[in-house]
Amino acid sequence: MSILVDRSTRVIVQGITGKEGSYHATACREYGTRVLGGVTPGKGGTVHEGFPVWDSVRDAVDAVHPDVSLIFVPPAFAADAILEAADAGVELIVCITEGIPVQDMMRVRRILDIRHEEGETVRLIGPNCPGIITPDGAKIGIMPGYIHKRGKVGVVSRSGTLTYEAVWQLTQLGLGESTCVGIGGDPVRGLNFLDVLALFEKDPETEAIVMIGEIGGDDEERAAAFARAHMTKPVIGFIAGLTAPPGRRMGHAGAIVSGGKGSARDKMKALESYGIIVVDNPSIIGKTVAETLSKGDYRRVPTCH
Amino acid sequence: MNIHEYQAKELFRSYGVAVPSGVVVDSPEEARRLISEKSGIFSGSSAVYAVKAQIHAGGRGKAGGVKIAKSVSEIPGYVEALLGKTLVTHQTGPEGRLVRKVWIEEGAQIAREFYLSLVLDRSSRRISILASTEGGMEIEEVSAAHPEKILTLSVDPEMGCKSFVGRRVASFLGLPITLYGSFSTLLANLYRFFLDTDCMMVEINPLIQTGDGRLLALDAKVSFDDNALYRQEKILALRDLFEENELEIEASKHRLNYVKLDGSIACMVNGAGLAMATMDVIALAGGTPANFLDVGGGASKETVEQAFRILLGDPEVKGIFVNIFGGIVRCERIAGGIIAAAKDVKLHVPLVVRLQGTNAKEGREMLRESGLDLQVAEELFEGAQKIVQAVKGAK
Repeated sequence: MSILVDRSTRVIVQGITGKEGSYHATACREYGTRVLGGVTPGKGGTVHEGFPVWDSVRDAVDAVHPDVSLIFVPPAFAADAILEAADAGVELIVCITEGIPVQDMMRVRRILDIRHEEGETVRLIGPNCPGIITPDGAKIGIMPGYIHKRGKVGVVSRSGTLTYEAVWQLTQLGLGESTCVGIGGDPVRGLNFLDVLALFEKDPETEAIVMIGEIGGDDEERAAAFARAHMTKPVIGFIAGLTAPPGRRMGHAGAIVSGGKGSARDKMKALESYGIIVVDNPSIIGKTVAETLSKGDYRRVPTCH
Repeated sequence: MNIHEYQAKELFRSYGVAVPSGVVVDSPEEARRLISEKSGIFSGSSAVYAVKAQIHAGGRGKAGGVKIAKSVSEIPGYVEALLGKTLVTHQTGPEGRLVRKVWIEEGAQIAREFYLSLVLDRSSRRISILASTEGGMEIEEVSAAHPEKILTLSVDPEMGCKSFVGRRVASFLGLPITLYGSFSTLLANLYRFFLDTDCMMVEINPLIQTGDGRLLALDAKVSFDDNALYRQEKILALRDLFEENELEIEASKHRLNYVKLDGSIACMVNGAGLAMATMDVIALAGGTPANFLDVGGGASKETVEQAFRILLGDPEVKGIFVNIFGGIVRCERIAGGIIAAAKDVKLHVPLVVRLQGTNAKEGREMLRESGLDLQVAEELFEGAQKIVQAVKGAK
């Protein structure tokens, strides 16, 4: 098992004829992902790098019934692309695009929430994220496939290369990963830490979870409170940005300490108070997972059953 | 992106949010000329003027950046005192900010002061309104001491900032019922401004009720979403490069994401999260990070070279730590870029390069054989320890 995606997952790529979309659609196919084609308005009916191209997501859905749409559309058009996929009934949307205006995402998120409340299944991963991978199953994103190894640790992260760092440690130690989800570095996004933790808790293959957070916001704290109440599996956490000064934006639009909220030290303390195993050195994330799992009684006792 | 108070007030006025009339000057002579010509705000009978230094930072009042002139004759003296002065506030850092422009506005009769802001709130994923009866104070202080004096409510983007929202805030602020209508209009106008111009934050502190029962924004602070500037030409034209760090401007020209900090160990990293983690690891190893620098996914020779030049442009830098996790980008290409760039820019400080990921072994081999004076590392913490040691040894 794994979460959200596996070997059978059917994928289309929005923006498949662009430079990024084209490169990564091919790389995902080489990894073994079932990439069935892509969408570029105006290029429907053509074939690009061996992929059939449709004019709209609706056309692609009619033709191949994808489970996932992977989006590489430029920032100015990305919000529209996400809504197009949702409107066509695609259940999982993975948006890699970096630099989408926050207010666009605010509106997108509100519409997805309304559809969700009305009973539709529609999930968004990202934007501004590396995507999702289930090793030896499906790579749906821009991460280097070979650093992953199928195994027992679930990974959820706001970052890209910092996730690779943690994954690499888990792979080197032979622990491997069940699924890795990059939820992205923007202030308004789709799936959050909490949503992904809940999925990992239910996944029989996942034995422990690595949660990689950053300064800014309180999503990590909310996830930790959830873990305290509902999770039996150990969660190992790292928060980047201990040395980031308040008020300065550190690359990710979301990574900013403001008004005394969301500092790395405060987050670490809050996470620890909820029973998360917090590491302050990102070099020992893998080692800490290994040590945790080597203890016989690593399971947590949730406060609510 | 931030703008000055005088620019924000002009925008407010165009959106129907009342602000005091004023004029911006960059020399005392200009102020004298305007006064002698009795132009604009100097034509009337106003006896009191506020003379305010224009910098992109809060806390100007406490730092001596705001003067009250009791007659027009006092104005040029205050303008002269403020222009060219370096203001140090809790938001400028110890180096402070040079005052290049001064805003002079008509004084207002204050009956009551309030705090009002709109912010893109990541927790609610909506635009939130913050209002407080404690105008003129730092909102963080009010929040800590008297949280009950702050009203926070978020606006459903599907619904917008309707009149009832305005009435609710007006009621919380204890405004007279006769002002509910004009307050709701003001709030709706601010909300429309927020949406139209892709704001991240709009703050009025204080918003005042005047002696004659009007609402007036005595201050104005606005920041915009950098990601949306491509569709905000008019806003982008308000950018003041003097308010930004020179090295940061240079970096942004080369699409490098650079933030200058106060430490001595520079770092160059691919990816924002890993860049922050690298800064943290430098601190764990006993050093102080000199910057945040994300070179992004590419990291070609040209990128690396530009990055080195920017890092070395900071005279505080005593050593450089390059940390690359090769994914899509292969490490031997990065090693090639580092070798070529290091030769061109003539590095004069210790360099440690940590390569991991795709073809890392080949990359490290190339670096070792390059004949350059550098150390190679495999692990993140090992690299940080090496650069901290090297900098200590070099002293």
